[in-house]
Amino acid sequence: MSEIKLKMSSSPHIRDKATSGNIMLMVAIALLPAAGFGVYNFKLPALIMLISTTVSAVLTEYIYERLMHKKITINDFSAVVTGLLLGLNMPANAPWWMGALGSVFGILIVKQLFGGLGQNFMNPALGARCFLLISFTGQMTTFIYDGVSGPTPLALLKSGESVDSMKMLLGTIPGTIGETSVIAIIIGAIFLILMGVIDLRIPGTYIVTFAVFVGIFGQFQNPSVGFFDPQYITAHLCGGGLMLGAWFMATDYVTSPITKRGQIVYGAILGILTGLFRLFGGSAEGVSYAIIISNLLVPLIERVTLPKPFGKGGEK
Amino acid sequence: MNTCTERLYNGIVKENPTFVLMLGMCPTLAVTTSAINGVGMGLSTTAVLVMSNLLISLLRKVIPDSLRIPAFIVVVASFVTIVDFLLEGFIPSLYSALGLYIPLIVVNCIILGRAESYASKNPVIPSIFDGIGMGLGFTVGLTAIGIVREVIGAGQIFGAQILPLADEAAGKGGYVPVTIFILAPGAFLVLAGLTALQNKVKNNAAKKGRKTTEAAGCGEGCESCTNGSCSGKVFPTGNEKE
Repeated sequence: MSEIKLKMSSSPHIRDKATSGNIMLMVAIALLPAAGFGVYNFKLPALIMLISTTVSAVLTEYIYERLMHKKITINDFSAVVTGLLLGLNMPANAPWWMGALGSVFGILIVKQLFGGLGQNFMNPALGARCFLLISFTGQMTTFIYDGVSGPTPLALLKSGESVDSMKMLLGTIPGTIGETSVIAIIIGAIFLILMGVIDLRIPGTYIVTFAVFVGIFGQFQNPSVGFFDPQYITAHLCGGGLMLGAWFMATDYVTSPITKRGQIVYGAILGILTGLFRLFGGSAEGVSYAIIISNLLVPLIERVTLPKPFGKGGEK
Repeated sequence: MNTCTERLYNGIVKENPTFVLMLGMCPTLAVTTSAINGVGMGLSTTAVLVMSNLLISLLRKVIPDSLRIPAFIVVVASFVTIVDFLLEGFIPSLYSALGLYIPLIVVNCIILGRAESYASKNPVIPSIFDGIGMGLGFTVGLTAIGIVREVIGAGQIFGAQILPLADEAAGKGGYVPVTIFILAPGAFLVLAGLTALQNKVKNNAAKKGRKTTEAAGCGEGCESCTNGSCSGKVFPTGNEKE
């Protein structure tokens, strides 16, 4: 009988192989179906845009960290994910330098100046998208599909016309590079869920809250829509950046709450804000603004949803 | 350096109200959409600042301590009203561009701050130069922000097109203005960028040996100090009343 060997060590006792690099790599892989479909849908300009945003994001991070004598962190793929996400949020017909400028803004100002990965207060890709949206409103909201400049399904929906939900599901519609195909996005999202990178809490609450909001208030925006009109809700769920935003951008680790109750509150706020912006706002789309505003609320949400340590509380 | 030039240097470089003291942020962020607005706002403020410093310094022995804030406000508000009417009468275009921000000079913290911390404690001549220095510092800050925002946001400088704009309809390449820079967020970005730049320049200058020596026994900061012999070589301690 050998002695029982008791090994003493300090915490942490449970370790995991996940690193920032692994997780970001998986997110980048999960974005590939959407990116691939975007290139298929919008041809060469989409490819140029995606390369431009991704390369300039990585380069900006490298040059900044080099000049500031910081640890070079381009190997953790976070800049790749930022660049790719920004590219997927750009219309294919925008000039490539616009995407590059957005990447520089997102990485340099939104991310690095606030301390790099883990310190940024809002999603760098979305910060960059909103920067471009405000700066170049014309080019950022003109969508050319099949050589014709046309309104997105969401814009049609807002002006009260009917849309083809099947096309929206497949993605053969005008829009930004990565947002059009719901199926491609869902494939990436399922991959992320299976790999344990994201869970359903944020995207699930987000989408359900948004669907309920649109179901209740859709009739005020368009009188011909009934209470919980299934066709109207489906069109809103499949249209615009909702799916891309809910699965890939709202779930960003840095800018979403870490508490479980907080994630549900966060998802609900996202759903309500997106619904408000889409139905009653000035433009047809509101996902990116909803997400960056909710990003700013995250510290407050975490504060009020702080879980009680085991054994604390109860009757006083 | 005598007191007067020291005051000018202090206001424009060392304690620049925009980039160092971070005072008067409301007009700084709001009106600097173009260089000419920055100059106009800066000079209007300078005029008020010089006159109010002059009068408050003259009255500093008359104004009772407990009533000094209302007394300062009355003096400042009178001069602002004069400037307001003058601008409306003689430069109506600038007046309409600056709008509400002219009357708001009354509550500009640079003016009240200089009255409280310098003019009410110092003789007339240095107070006038303090006003000129601070006012010019503010003008320089506003103009610099205005120039950067105008060039990036509209491709213009003082209203003249220096970067030819792109015309997509005519297929003509050129500069595409980054509109965000003449909107509110651009003001914050440019202010932060220029502040960082001037800190960098000052740090580099300090490293190269132009380091200012600290006079012993002075922990008060310069604006409340009447001893001109140190020529303002002491950095602000951060404890000054502002």
